[in-house]
Amino acid sequence: MDQLSQLSSNLLLIAFFLYLAATIFFAVSVTGKKFKNKAGEEKNIAGLLGYSSSIIALLFALGYFVTRWIVAGHAPVSNLFEYTTFLGIMMSLAFVILYPIYKTNVLGLFTMPIVMLIIAYASMFPREVSPLIPALQSIWLKIHVITTALGQGILAIGFAGGLIYLLRVIDFKKNDKQVKAIEFVMYSMISIVGYILISSIFSGLNYEAPFAYVDEKGMEAEVVYHLPPLVGPNEAVPLTDEQMTPFFNVHPNIKSADLNTVIWSLFTGLVLYYLVRLITKRKIGELLQPLLKGVSPQAADEISYRAIAIGFPIFTLGGLIFAMIWAQIAWTRFWAWDPKEVWALITFLFYAAYLHLRLSRGWHGEKSAWLCVIGFAIIMFNLIFVNLVIAGLHSYA
Amino acid sequence: MEKAKCECGHVNPYGTVICESCGKPFFEEEKALLNMRYEGVARRSQTYNKTMIDKVWNFFSSVKVGIWLIVVTLLASSIGTIFPQEMYIPPTANPTFFYEAEYGAIGKIYYLLGFHDLYNSWWYMLLIAALGVSLIICSLDRVVPLHRALKTQRVTRHESFLQRQRVHGVSNVDDSDETIEQAQQILKEKKYNLFEENGNIVAEKGRFSRWGPYVNHIGLIIFLIGCMLRFFPGMYVDENIWVREGETVVISGTDGEFFLRNDQFIVDFYDDTDERFQDALVRAGSPIVRKYQTSATLFQRIDDGVVGREPELVEVARHDIRVNDPFKFEGYALYQYAFKQNEISEMSFELEENETGERFGRIDVSTYDPETIYDLGNGYKVEVIEYFPDFYFDDDRTPASQSRIPNNPAFIFKIFTPEIEEGEISFVGIQTNQDINGENTHRLRFVDIEMNHVTNLVVRKDYTLGILMVGGVIFMVGLVQGMYWTHRRIWLQKVNDEIWVSAHTNKNWYGLKKDIEAVVSKTELTMPIDSVEEEEKKS
Repeated sequence: MDQLSQLSSNLLLIAFFLYLAATIFFAVSVTGKKFKNKAGEEKNIAGLLGYSSSIIALLFALGYFVTRWIVAGHAPVSNLFEYTTFLGIMMSLAFVILYPIYKTNVLGLFTMPIVMLIIAYASMFPREVSPLIPALQSIWLKIHVITTALGQGILAIGFAGGLIYLLRVIDFKKNDKQVKAIEFVMYSMISIVGYILISSIFSGLNYEAPFAYVDEKGMEAEVVYHLPPLVGPNEAVPLTDEQMTPFFNVHPNIKSADLNTVIWSLFTGLVLYYLVRLITKRKIGELLQPLLKGVSPQAADEISYRAIAIGFPIFTLGGLIFAMIWAQIAWTRFWAWDPKEVWALITFLFYAAYLHLRLSRGWHGEKSAWLCVIGFAIIMFNLIFVNLVIAGLHSYA
Repeated sequence: MEKAKCECGHVNPYGTVICESCGKPFFEEEKALLNMRYEGVARRSQTYNKTMIDKVWNFFSSVKVGIWLIVVTLLASSIGTIFPQEMYIPPTANPTFFYEAEYGAIGKIYYLLGFHDLYNSWWYMLLIAALGVSLIICSLDRVVPLHRALKTQRVTRHESFLQRQRVHGVSNVDDSDETIEQAQQILKEKKYNLFEENGNIVAEKGRFSRWGPYVNHIGLIIFLIGCMLRFFPGMYVDENIWVREGETVVISGTDGEFFLRNDQFIVDFYDDTDERFQDALVRAGSPIVRKYQTSATLFQRIDDGVVGREPELVEVARHDIRVNDPFKFEGYALYQYAFKQNEISEMSFELEENETGERFGRIDVSTYDPETIYDLGNGYKVEVIEYFPDFYFDDDRTPASQSRIPNNPAFIFKIFTPEIEEGEISFVGIQTNQDINGENTHRLRFVDIEMNHVTNLVVRKDYTLGILMVGGVIFMVGLVQGMYWTHRRIWLQKVNDEIWVSAHTNKNWYGLKKDIEAVVSKTELTMPIDSVEEEEKKS
């Protein structure tokens, strides 16, 4: 059992590096010189290599999924690590399906790093195999969650398409609202890198800062920080001598350790962001723009629209219809206005609005691309924020 | 209202933009691309605006209004998740104070604006209702004329219709009839339906996908109707029963027809020696529940059900009710919902003389249904004067019971012995045994307690579920129909000595152009120009 569990982790690790390889190949295919074959025909095989790597990566990732399923005895989609990882895998599956239609290498160049980012982010959550509580013991766990993740993965391709569109067309010399907004999107993604980086550094150093504090019920409790405490819990008392004293303590209703992590991530992200800008003397979007020279904006627009048109029914089926069927069985009612449920409805309504807006002229292109970005932000918000901050019937992890 | 007669002879309804038959544009005379939305049909909303009904119709028929309704619903829904809704705050908390106490001034405002029960508020309901109306009117306004236009469309189109398509090209070929014949073959292989008229053809595919949106809207409307039916009494049963182990109770909501016996209630935990979950169990720090289960037996009453008579029951079925595994019978479903472990079912006492410690017998008092008198023989007996299953002191500092559930049972006993015929009164409860007059010679010493598990089951019967399912299925069918297929038309028309190729699709231009490329590559035809792409190249 232990060996299989180890194998499962290794498979995921290999998949991660294969996604990296795919990213590199796609980068070469977009930027590199064209290779010539024996007959002297110009042929760029890097794109093909990138696509092959992404397929092999997907197979390894599915290997992780299957072995973990065997170890746990249930579909590994029951906590934040498992679900988030699976979302990344599903996004790569969506890419593998969509790439042959359009054969746009730049889509791979954008999708693969996002997949890596999602999987790396997932690995920051507790990774142990956890037993299923009674509410989750249902065949609908697999049906509902797998369908929803697949739908979200395809919608995420819509996000990648939208991003490509925006980076392609935005004029970075203007420094207007659009430029600021796209730079903010870039910064948000860098902050996730920042989070992964800073958490890994301090966990490598085995950093711990325990506090005694008074929780929201007025009870004494203890909490251990894994990053230096910038903000402390309510009425914090440090439990060791050498640890840093927080600048201030927060209201007991706020999970102070999580807030502290968020501050660290945003801060690290900021440092990384300005470091890049300082070194290159360019905005991040400006750095990426040359890669997209050969891309037809209209094609990017169509890819993102297509991805959303394909992903929307799947998401609706998994995230709302299957969800309602399961809720009727497990919670006795098909709709409970649980925050996660409401945010799935919001996601549905948002993409429904997007699809209706596509009917009118003037909503193609830029505006449509921004909507794809916002849609993905809503999905991420529902995954991360609603689970961690707004507790509800879904907060299992 | 005048009908518009086109030069091709077709009589179009008033308000038509593009002739339903030949496609000649009536109004737009510039050279710009034709707006092909809904085939340029005359929609009621675009045509009439006189009466009140017209105005209401026009308002709700606008997709823009529909989108606004979606966006407002979206924003309103998100507000409801900022703080927990009323149904999720602790059941004992009073919402009037809870939100302010917990979340401060913002919480108070949240409560005062009614956001604590947002999804049941009249304005949220109104919003959903408006969405429903918008769905119906938007669909009707478009589907009827669109259907007519697609049915009346003819093969040979007006030149300006062809010229003003997004994909349009002119080819010079040697033998136009042969080229068109070749093209027909290729398009047939690509599963296009071909229609011919005077040597011109239109290849069409996936027209049914145009109905997708209307089908899914019908599904949504059925779903919303199903939800609305829940406001009518009798459409669903939602009851809640507590059943003690060994006890048989009538199942609420079944009109006294069904009874349930709780044979056993179990809470089962994950084995902490299980290697797989070791790490997770250590992290959790406390045992993780594996199973909540009520083993139940269902009975049906077979007598006439006269009130007061002992019911005559026959066993119907048995089931282990678990979370995710309800007990279903006759349209009803019983769900494992909650439980209470270790409820006091019986308290035992021994009658003791204070001075000597000598005991005179034991009484076992049921907390559910205590007897009035317990006779110990030899002149010793205990009378239960008063029983408080859920004891507390009320506002007047007098003993009272909060409920009928034995959460904190307490008794006022009167003890009779051969010596004391008038009896001694004492007050006995959990960890309390008071001598009311202070002169008692005997007391009831607490010796034993019996515990019981109680399960809480939810009883449901829902007539609307079938309707909701039908709505959901139709919605999904429509969604897939509209999203996974596209409506493509390719016109090949002989104009003078040239062949004009024009094409239109409602989405996925990429796929459409690939189909045309397949034709172009094997015939003399040249690739038509995608004017949107052309525009892009220029900029």
